[in-house]
Amino acid sequence: MATLTKQQIGTVLAKQGILIAFAVFMVAFTLANPKFISIDNLFSVVRSSAILGVMALGVTFVVISGNLDLSVGSMMSFSTIVVLDLHDKIGPALAIPAMFAMTLCLGAFIGFLVGYLRLNSLIVTLGMLSAIHGLTLTYSGGQNMDIADKEGTWFSVFGQGSALGIPVPILIFVALAAFLGIMLAKTPFGRKVYAVGGNGTAATFSGIRRARTVFACYIISAFCVATAGLIQASRSLGSQNTVGQGLELEVLAAVILGGASLLGGSGAIFKTVIGVLILGFIQNGLLLIGLQFYVQFVVTWVIIILAVWLDIAAKRGKLWSPIA
Amino acid sequence: MKAGTLSKALKSGAIWGFIVLELIFFSIAGEYLSLSDKAFMDWENMLLLLKQSAPIGIIAMGMTIVMINGNIDLSVGATYAIAAIVLLESMTWPIFAGLGDMVIPVAWLLALLVGTFLGALNGLIVWKTGVDAFIVTLGSMLGFRGIVFMFNGENPTSHLNWTLVDFAEAEFLGLATASWFLLAVTLVIWFVMTKTVHGRNAYAIGDNRDAAVNAGIRVGPHIMINFAIIGFLAALSAVVFYSESGSVNPNDGQLYELWVITAVVLGGTKITGGAGSVIGTFGGVIAIQLLRKGLGHIGADTSTVNLVIGLILIVVLILDRQLNVKGKEELKV
Repeated sequence: MATLTKQQIGTVLAKQGILIAFAVFMVAFTLANPKFISIDNLFSVVRSSAILGVMALGVTFVVISGNLDLSVGSMMSFSTIVVLDLHDKIGPALAIPAMFAMTLCLGAFIGFLVGYLRLNSLIVTLGMLSAIHGLTLTYSGGQNMDIADKEGTWFSVFGQGSALGIPVPILIFVALAAFLGIMLAKTPFGRKVYAVGGNGTAATFSGIRRARTVFACYIISAFCVATAGLIQASRSLGSQNTVGQGLELEVLAAVILGGASLLGGSGAIFKTVIGVLILGFIQNGLLLIGLQFYVQFVVTWVIIILAVWLDIAAKRGKLWSPIA
Repeated sequence: MKAGTLSKALKSGAIWGFIVLELIFFSIAGEYLSLSDKAFMDWENMLLLLKQSAPIGIIAMGMTIVMINGNIDLSVGATYAIAAIVLLESMTWPIFAGLGDMVIPVAWLLALLVGTFLGALNGLIVWKTGVDAFIVTLGSMLGFRGIVFMFNGENPTSHLNWTLVDFAEAEFLGLATASWFLLAVTLVIWFVMTKTVHGRNAYAIGDNRDAAVNAGIRVGPHIMINFAIIGFLAALSAVVFYSESGSVNPNDGQLYELWVITAVVLGGTKITGGAGSVIGTFGGVIAIQLLRKGLGHIGADTSTVNLVIGLILIVVLILDRQLNVKGKEELKV
């Protein structure tokens, strides 16, 4: 009986572990500093997590389909630089669709290589990380990009504006999360993504076009990256060409924290959002209780490993790995 | 000739063919495009190239073992930075003040110990928790980098010890100290991988872990030792490089993991484990450095280097796919 209860607790912990951890963190930080739970602070955390969050939504699709995307960071730099550059040349109304088209082309290229040519996604996106970084530097001539007239443009609305008292980046993040969440959980396409990631061969035999599904996941990822680039560009109205460097790993950390398996086939948009928020609130909470900014990285390290470890420990029913 | 022998020969020789191609291309293109009137294939230039390959090359040898083993280590860049800080900082500690120049071996030893410890820690986590090495080292990459920043904020850590600089800049039989270290590490790792039980086990585990367990190989400790080796080599790379430069920025070593993995993959090691060679990795390291230097020689800037290396990595992958037997399903990562 006792073991059964223990097991049950284990299952509950594993299934809802990330939510429980989230709740514990929120309570602990609030006790440490009541300012933490104020509306202003909550808004500012979600707003600053929005860029990372939007990218993580797309990467969730890629990871569930059983692949990786390490190129999202440099792709985000690319779209930020491109939209800022085109803003002054052809105006914001044309610059935005042009930037989306260019970013989607990059996504399509990766999707073609991984989906249709069946190349290893880790290496392909590693190569694209470097290649797109080079492309961005070439495009910008190594210069930082700035918008000439920062006051008189409506372009700043995506990063700085607010509607109904809610900052626009949050609205974009929530809307995109809702849309992609429904797409992943409720549509045939979403089920295909899980099937391809869970067991690609079985999916092929049941008539799912695997290549096309993987391709679509990379297109979605590129779309999210372009949106993140738009928010970033609009928020700062000027940018370094390395603005997204290193983000790919933080994004991946958020997705993994949300419980998606790198083997594919599991994960959810809702969980990824929790993962993003945990990262954001930890960063904010640690600062509020007076710790150094960089402590968050060490804490993130511990949390990622604990989260994944507990997840697989619950699945195999043993805490320690059976490897001799 | 058996079927597949040709493609095998092509694959193992491909990296050297690529290097020769690069040499020919940059020599000819350099005649027209280069601003300097020195030839690209100048002896001095090639020696410098070997020396500049050392920091990436030394780590790449460790990555070869870890990848043949079926794992990956993303934290090497951060380990590199930590070891560099330990090296430079420990020389200024008051406890060692009385040692004079004897502080150098002590600082080296400390840096190497810290690197080995961090690597072993990764390995222990991979072994005991069963979490994928990609996730474990992704986490520790963030964590180790956080430790680097916690130590001195955004400020560089500097300490110049002239005896040490003299040693690092010294040349022996025409080769710089760093080059000797690269060659020695390559030789040792080559020996381990081809002539010892440990090396054979590394291939066996990477090829089929369950079979290796059934064959009685203690997989866990084996994996941990390999992570300790790559931690040691990341620290050794830092020790060799920072002995000469004497100043480390908290961002140093960032993206090293990507360069190292690129070199190893170019050298023909399979990302799913079980296949690869140390000599191939050496070729991969040289090929990358040649490309960086060559593009610089014909007047291209760093952006082109990034673009070209990224695309070459993808082309290599496509070629590899074509040369492999068609229809043979490969495991995904």
